[in-house]
Amino acid sequence: MRILLALFFALIFLQSSGQIMVCPSCEIKDLQQAVNLSEPHDTLIVKSGVYPVVDLEITKPLTLIGEKGAILDGQNKSYVLKLLADSINISGLKIINAGKSYTKDYAAIYASRANHLVIENNIVVDPFFGLLIEKSKHGIIRNNLVYGENVKEDEAGNGIHAWHCSNLQIHDNEVFKMRDGIYLEFVDESIIEENYAHDNVRYGLHFMFSNNDDYIGNRFEHNGAGVAVMFSKFIIMKSNVFINNWGPASYGLLLKEIYDAEVLDNEFTENTTAVFIDGTSRINYVGNVFNKNGWAIKVSGGCYTNRITGNDFKGNSFDVSYNSKMNDNTFDGNYWGDYTGYDLDKDGVGDVPYRPVKLFSYIVNKTPETIILLRSLFVDIMNFSEKVSPVFTPDNLVDRTPAMNAFK
Amino acid sequence: MIQVTDLNKSFGKLEVLKGVSFSINRPGVFAVLGHNGSGKTTLLKTILGMVIPNNGELQVNGAAIKRSWEYRKDIAYLPQIARFPENLTVNELIKMILDIRNRKGREVELIQRFGLEKFLDKKLSDLSGGTRQKVNIVLAFMFDANICIMDEPTAGLDPVALIELKKLIEEEREKGKTILITTHIMSLVEEVAEEIIFLLDGKIHFQGTLEEMQKQTNEKDLEHAIAAMLVPNGTHNH
Amino acid sequence: MIKILKYSFYDLMRSRWSYVYLAFYMLLGFVLLFLNSDLSKATITLMNIIVVLTPMIGTIFGIMYFYNSREFTELLLSQPVKRSTIFLGQYLGLSLSLSMSLIIGLGIPFLMYGITQSDAVGNFITLLASGTFLTFIFVALSLNIGLGNSNKIKGFGYAILMWLFFAVIYDGLFMISLIVFGDYPLDKFALGASLFNPIDLSRIMILLKLEISALLGYTGALFQKFFGTNLGILISVGVLLLWIFIPVMLMLRKSLRKDF
Repeated sequence: MRILLALFFALIFLQSSGQIMVCPSCEIKDLQQAVNLSEPHDTLIVKSGVYPVVDLEITKPLTLIGEKGAILDGQNKSYVLKLLADSINISGLKIINAGKSYTKDYAAIYASRANHLVIENNIVVDPFFGLLIEKSKHGIIRNNLVYGENVKEDEAGNGIHAWHCSNLQIHDNEVFKMRDGIYLEFVDESIIEENYAHDNVRYGLHFMFSNNDDYIGNRFEHNGAGVAVMFSKFIIMKSNVFINNWGPASYGLLLKEIYDAEVLDNEFTENTTAVFIDGTSRINYVGNVFNKNGWAIKVSGGCYTNRITGNDFKGNSFDVSYNSKMNDNTFDGNYWGDYTGYDLDKDGVGDVPYRPVKLFSYIVNKTPETIILLRSLFVDIMNFSEKVSPVFTPDNLVDRTPAMNAFK
Repeated sequence: MIQVTDLNKSFGKLEVLKGVSFSINRPGVFAVLGHNGSGKTTLLKTILGMVIPNNGELQVNGAAIKRSWEYRKDIAYLPQIARFPENLTVNELIKMILDIRNRKGREVELIQRFGLEKFLDKKLSDLSGGTRQKVNIVLAFMFDANICIMDEPTAGLDPVALIELKKLIEEEREKGKTILITTHIMSLVEEVAEEIIFLLDGKIHFQGTLEEMQKQTNEKDLEHAIAAMLVPNGTHNH
Repeated sequence: MIKILKYSFYDLMRSRWSYVYLAFYMLLGFVLLFLNSDLSKATITLMNIIVVLTPMIGTIFGIMYFYNSREFTELLLSQPVKRSTIFLGQYLGLSLSLSMSLIIGLGIPFLMYGITQSDAVGNFITLLASGTFLTFIFVALSLNIGLGNSNKIKGFGYAILMWLFFAVIYDGLFMISLIVFGDYPLDKFALGASLFNPIDLSRIMILLKLEISALLGYTGALFQKFFGTNLGILISVGVLLLWIFIPVMLMLRKSLRKDF
């Protein structure tokens, strides 16, 4: 990786010999001055020091490299950097005191119509928006750290916010205590990988109207909700970790009006609701582990032809919850921790079908206060009688091939 | 020593004691007699504070016993049916009672007298009825209590033990104890009792010495005298 | 009283039922841990068992002990000992021996599986504490039933019914009323109703330690505020103590009027 990076920079050096040093004791002390002096494809090296930067517009392909200790101070006024051209590289900078506003979307780094953008290894401290990217293609956003001190939704912007973009690569970033960690709206064909979003006020990752995206290997911890995917199609969600997203109305993963997605090999641990699905269709859930969640999968509204197979359900208060008697989804070959059947032919598949929806979960849906009776003997007896003869729960909601042993 | 005034007790609808009054003011052996269900045991238990009377007053050694427990230091009790905590051994039971009363007793002597040495380490549940009764006697007599209440003390005893018991009662009397005893064995009454308290229909029908009773009924034999007592007064008039 | 307690305790420790009870818990502990060596998961399963079983055992043992120890009680009553001392002593002796069976019976297997090194140790202690509370409460309740009923069969029947009421029927009525009055704000009612049943109260206390997420997420603020804070825990423990204190007082009062 480093070698590649070095090669990459070497290439730029060859292309454009122009290199401008900026430092408090240098000839050029001011960033604006440096940008003005630069030719396209020049490299600006920002030495250690604190530089006041407000609304610095970059309108030509430039590389901005912060050395250790290089700090841009937005002086609580407005945007700090505005990237308005293709092929801009920003790296190694620490940006503080970006402006905050209730009327304008001030951001530490704002990019518009900036294709082939690279933003990496930067630290953004307590901005309104961290990185705000609009109408840009083929950008790379990696290894950045964006954090705020927010506890309320209406006072915060998002950590990494992309709007009308495509072919972005967002990876290895860490975002915490912002509104949404990563927010994508009308963003297609992008990859979100190995990011760590935690303690954000609203969502760790938020998709709206975005199609054909993959997010893989991210970790979402202790956010208002882990990930919300809404009104999107063809999303692949793989090997992510959703952990400890709890509180009233909190989810690990919220899916609303999305179609044709894959939810594979994720881990959901100790979320109030691990997966909440509302109006989703043709989604496959395979190889996920649901561990110690309040609700593992909560189905609301019309969800059709979803397939839930080969998942592990362990120690959840409720494995599956439906708010209606209708079911058009299949649950097959999962491991259910509460399964009490037997396997006489020793093929690893239980001989007795399992009903993942309990009568109690139906009642809790209708009257939430009854949750106070969770794990009482009465509830056990009630669930048992419903198991023997289902009246209130969808009677075709059965796992006919429950696994005897956990997959993971 | 024992003063009973207008004692009433009923269990549900069943009136057992209907205004019993009597007093015992001197040492000696007093036999409480009466037919089955006449309230003998209830009377004794009331004196012990095990049965709470509906009304009436009870004094022992000059003090009312209501809500009091200290007076029982001066009372030994030998219950009708000797049943004990089953998981304790004889030795432990004796130790326990000694411990609870917090007094020294003469248990060693009594154990010898009733030949209980070999049973000391046996669980009470493994003992025969007679042996248990012997244990019971040891428990009642091992303290130097001034008042001794015995409810059918002879139940299940073998002749040797019976003789020993009689000797014991005699000794206690000579020490100046007050002994209250109920029994169905008239020979025992004749042998040991000085005074008889006769209960009929929940009332004291007669209290007096054996001689007085014989005089009143004109019967020499105690059993006949008692039988005569049981017949209502009006018809018994020859 | 200490003497009475001591002898009741001795007597019980000799009884084979104490060993059966102890062995049962020990076996339960080992089987649970054998089936899933995950300590925290075993603790959760254990909760279900404890909140149902300790009240039942307390009730059954309480009523059985009361009727079986009649002779012992009578023997003590004829001794110069206060009545309240006798009953309090016997009550404590019985409750203590049952609690010890519980604590030792479960403690040994969990200690052997290294509970002290596990983060489930707090939960486990809560569990044992709740079991102990429930034992003391239900022994007191069943002794009351014993004192009120000379007829063994009746007394036994009432005792079982009492357990059934608190363990199942109460929750059934509770749930029905929650569903029927679902249009009204119910969280205060639910909170209140759970205080009036010691089994529910202990269950919720353990639940909050074990799987707080589901509870918090749904009915929201009030439960969380109440049970999640130290004040709530303090109140819960206080109510559990009242659940011991009031039946014990009733028992002592009843015992003063009882004929033997």
